[in-house]
Parts: sequence; structure tokens; C-alpha cells
Amino acid sequence: MKTYDLPAYTIADLVKTRQISAVEVLEQTLERVRSVDGRSGQVDAAQAQSEEDLNTVHAFTLLTEEHARGQAEKVDQKLKAGENPGPLAGVPYTAKDIFTVKGIPTTAGSKILSNYVAPYTATVVERMAGAGAVMIGKVNLDEFTYGSSSESSAFKPIPRNPWDTSRVVGGSSGGSAAAVAAGEGAISLGTDTGGSIRHPAAFCGTVGLKPTYGRVSRYGLIAFGSSLDCPGPLARNVTDTALALQAIAGEDPRDNTAAVVPVPDYLAEMEKDIRGLRIGLSEEFFRVTYFDSETGELKENPIDDVIKNAVLSVAGFLAQMGADIVVDVPLPHTKYGIPTYFVISRVEASSNLLRYDGVKYGYRTDQPFVDLKELYRKTRGAAFGVEPKLRMLMGIYLSAAQFDKGYYQRALKARALIRSDFNSIFDPGGKYRLDALLTPTTPTTAFSIGGVYGDSVLMQYSDQLTVTTNHAGIPGLTIPVGFDDDGLPIGAQFLGPDYSEGLLLRLGRAFEKLTENEDWRNRRPPLIPANE
Amino acid sequence: MTDKISSDVFNRLVDLASLELQEGEGEYLRKELNNQMVSIEVLESIPIDAETGTAAHGLPYTDKNSPVPREDISRQDPHREDILKQAPELEDGYIVVPDISHEELE
Repeated sequence: MKTYDLPAYTIADLVKTRQISAVEVLEQTLERVRSVDGRSGQVDAAQAQSEEDLNTVHAFTLLTEEHARGQAEKVDQKLKAGENPGPLAGVPYTAKDIFTVKGIPTTAGSKILSNYVAPYTATVVERMAGAGAVMIGKVNLDEFTYGSSSESSAFKPIPRNPWDTSRVVGGSSGGSAAAVAAGEGAISLGTDTGGSIRHPAAFCGTVGLKPTYGRVSRYGLIAFGSSLDCPGPLARNVTDTALALQAIAGEDPRDNTAAVVPVPDYLAEMEKDIRGLRIGLSEEFFRVTYFDSETGELKENPIDDVIKNAVLSVAGFLAQMGADIVVDVPLPHTKYGIPTYFVISRVEASSNLLRYDGVKYGYRTDQPFVDLKELYRKTRGAAFGVEPKLRMLMGIYLSAAQFDKGYYQRALKARALIRSDFNSIFDPGGKYRLDALLTPTTPTTAFSIGGVYGDSVLMQYSDQLTVTTNHAGIPGLTIPVGFDDDGLPIGAQFLGPDYSEGLLLRLGRAFEKLTENEDWRNRRPPLIPANE
Repeated sequence: MTDKISSDVFNRLVDLASLELQEGEGEYLRKELNNQMVSIEVLESIPIDAETGTAAHGLPYTDKNSPVPREDISRQDPHREDILKQAPELEDGYIVVPDISHEELE
């Protein structure tokens, strides 16, 4: 029996009923990794060049085999002793290399942390271990999570999309999405600041959940935008996503933004009926803005028909099951999502980046220096890629008193207006009284490697359909809903009011059940060997 | 289109960020920053009235979801040795900080 493409809940059942050991599951998963992943990302390594490089996934920055064996053996020992190892017993998973794990390198995909070994473990990683899951490795990402294609990582080769290895995986949790899609672990932990779980999940045909801000602790997460960052799971199905959220959600005395709101039973919530739920569609999410670098102007187009139709078909299925579809839902401040994000995320990023100095930890320049300032300059100059440099410079420009044009205050007000849009449509006493909004997750399917990278504005607009969720702090769940004409996955997302993850999972699960016999559900990434 | 971030402003930002740029990097970074300003300028067109507040988080923190602040009690960090091991330069259990540049104020 091969377990690498099985759902996490099935693997956990097989392990708990001792039909297979956690160590055997681990060995099989490592076999899959060796068969499809190719070279792991390394700092300053050559970009993909060989035929094998071009046809493998490169999801990992580090395989943690020894650590994983220790965890798997512990699960098996517990079972032998008659103890319950937890709901994710023996389930192999990966963690975006932005989460600290004690004694294991944590790099954020940056040269500046390439030699950093974390002295403590992130809450989410501790909780996955407590649930019996087995961490098989760290996966690649955009440097410090800054991007939407995972191309900005200092660790090369960058990840390639399992559905078409000439395409990007999306980002920034690109290694997470690629690993899950390719059967390299059933679950991955990612983070979502402007769409960084949902975007790559959509590009790689997986499920991805951005929880409500504060639903999941940020302790042990290397910060990007502290008022926006949300850890969350990616998985191949909705049930596994619910199981993972159940494991990681909840208050944490080490993070005072982790909300003290009871965690519901997501598996029970997920199976409830969707009849009578009010699901909205908004025209604002079927238009896309893009940056024309030749004219230096922002332009607007309707979203591609193939994406629009895929999302509308989801609405059709839900209506068949008794949901009420509400059209023309107004969210007038959606178009300000990216401009607002450019300001808030850069100001917060620059503040967080200034801690990397070559003094306390991480990379230090090997060039001579005379004083602290020169040490900073040479260390940051050599070890930050272009994205951290851009974000530091923009963050300082937007927040320093000497250049202040009021952008930051204006962006905080715009964020309040975006939040107010969502409050209004989810208001139980309001005109729309929605339970959830249904939208496309991304403006396009996975684009070609090198096709957008380098144009920082066009890349940022790839997050235009996900970013307002982060501004508002609400949850969002992306699910795969079909494929385009090039065989690339299409994602649609459900957005809901604060702490409505259970309801979003219910909608995702309903769609999954209704479409389980559709042909597209049987497709598998072509690089997975046919006989497996 | 006039660049919002001129060469002089850009050089000042680079100095404030304490960044040494690689050959040819400055031109690319300044172009991208100015392109990003095209998007940021869109914020000028939002009708914002005096009543509109600011939001530090999208999600409000109230008595219902905020944890009670921890007691203000100092504790020995259990990871002291692991943390010190990460420092590039140590002396007698202290992290060595290079000389801090300074200038006399007039």
C-alpha cells in the first residue's frame, strides 16, 4: 500500500489502526520526494539547468529526515503503549521555511538567515507535533514571503509547478503548495499576508485556508507585515484542511494577538447542511487591474472567461444544494486593496527588516568594515535580495517624517473602508445578509517562470483578489474548481465574517462532495509516475 | 510622468536603510519604486471624510477576543546558550557590537 497520495485523515486512520506504521508512511513519503523533487534549494546555487532540474518540483529547502524519523517512531511507540498519538497520527507534512523549529535551520528563503538555527519552536509546529503529525522538511518561499511566484527566494532552484514545470507555483507559500500537490506530504503550513496561502494553492490545485487574523498564533513566525500575517494550512482536500486548522488554532499566551475565542469542532461544522446559506457574487471580483510597464499606467480588464465560468459553476452547484446566490454585491473599495497594501505592508516590512544587522544572528559580511554602519551596509547589501531592498526603501519613504505625504494615515483609513465593505455585506440585519462571498482566487492561472518576475507592480497585482481579505482580517478558503485549457488548476475562494472558518469549510466540502465524480477530480500532476 | 522618488531622495533612502547596493541595482530599484508609486497614488482618489477612522488591524480587538495581558514578571529565557551561539562575535558571554559611528552635533 502506498500512502503518499492518500488524504491525511486516511493515513491517520491506517496508522491508528496499525495497518501501517508511521515510520513506513514516512519512508514512502521520502521515496516520493526523491522521485519528484530533484535538488533542494540552496543559497547561491545555480538556477535549474539540467533536464532533470527542469522537470522536478524543488519544493524543499531542507529535508529533515532524522527529525521526522524521531517523530514517527514516537507515534508508533505511543500506539504500541496503547496511547492515542493524536488526530494527525503519522501524517507527513511540511512547513514553509518561515516557521522556527528548534535546532533546525530557518532561513525565510534569504541569504541573511542562511546560517540561522532557530533556538525555539513556533506554536503551530509544536501543535502539529502534539497532534501526531510528522514534519518531513522545510519548503521554499519568496524571500521573507515577499512575492507571488516564489521566484525571489535566495534558495535555488526555485519551486516548479507540478502541473506544468515551466510555470510558477505562485507565492509566497509556493513550496508548500507544490509539495502538497506533488504528494510530498499531505499537509503544509503556510502563511498569508496578502494572499500567500490562497494564491499558490490556487496555482497548484490545492485547498488553502487563510484563517481570521488571530485565529492562529504567530509565535515563531518570522514577521513580514505584523498586522496582516496569518499562518494556515494547505492540503489536497477540505477535510485535511479542517483537521490541520483544528490542530493549530486557538489562543496562545506567547502571542497577544492570538484571539481568546473558542475553537469549534471544524469536522462537525464542515458536514452541516448548506441549504439556505446566502452566498454573494460581486462584480468587483470579476474585474482585474494590471500595470502596463510600457505606459506606466494601471489598466482594467474583465477577468478571463474560463476563470469566471469556473467560479460561476461553483455558484450553480451550491444553488443546486439549496444555497441562495445573491448577485451584484457591492464592495466598492476592493480596487484600493493593492495601493493600500503597498503602503501598510511596506511600512511594516521595513520595520521588521531593520533587525537584520549582522550583529545578533544570521549572515555577516566577510568584507572588512570600520564601524557598525558599514557592517550594516555591507551585510544587508550582500545578503538581501531585491525584494527586501525594495520593501525597506519604500517602507522608509512612506513612513519617515522627512518624506511624509500622509500616505500611511490614508492607507489605514482605506483599510477601515475595506473592512466596512465586508461588515456591510455580512451584517445579519443589513441588505445583503451574506454568509459568505464567492470569488475567483487569482486573476490568472499559473504564469510562466520568468514571465512576471522583475516587474514588482504587475506581480503585486496578482494578489488583488486575495488582499482585501487580509486588510479586513476575515478568513478565506480557496478550493480547486477545475482546469483551464492549458491544464492548469483554477481556484475559487469563499470569504466570510470573522471566525467563520467552519462555515467556509462547510461550503468547500459541499462542493467537493457534489463534484467528486467529475472527470477533472481524477487528474493528477503529470510528473507523478503513472504506476503510483 | 515625473518621478516621485528622485535620485537625491533615493540616495537618502539608501543611506537611511544602511544598504550597500550592487552594481546597477540602484537604477532598477528606483524605477520599481516609482512604478509602485503609480499604484499608491490611487489612494489620493478615495473619498475619505473626516469621520473615517484608521484601522491598525482589520479585525477589531475587544474584550471578547483579546487575551488578558500577562503579569509583568521577568523570567530567565530558557534558550540563552542557543541564542548566544547564533551571534557572529562573542566575548565573555556578551555579543560584540562594532564601533558605533557618530558625528559631533553643531
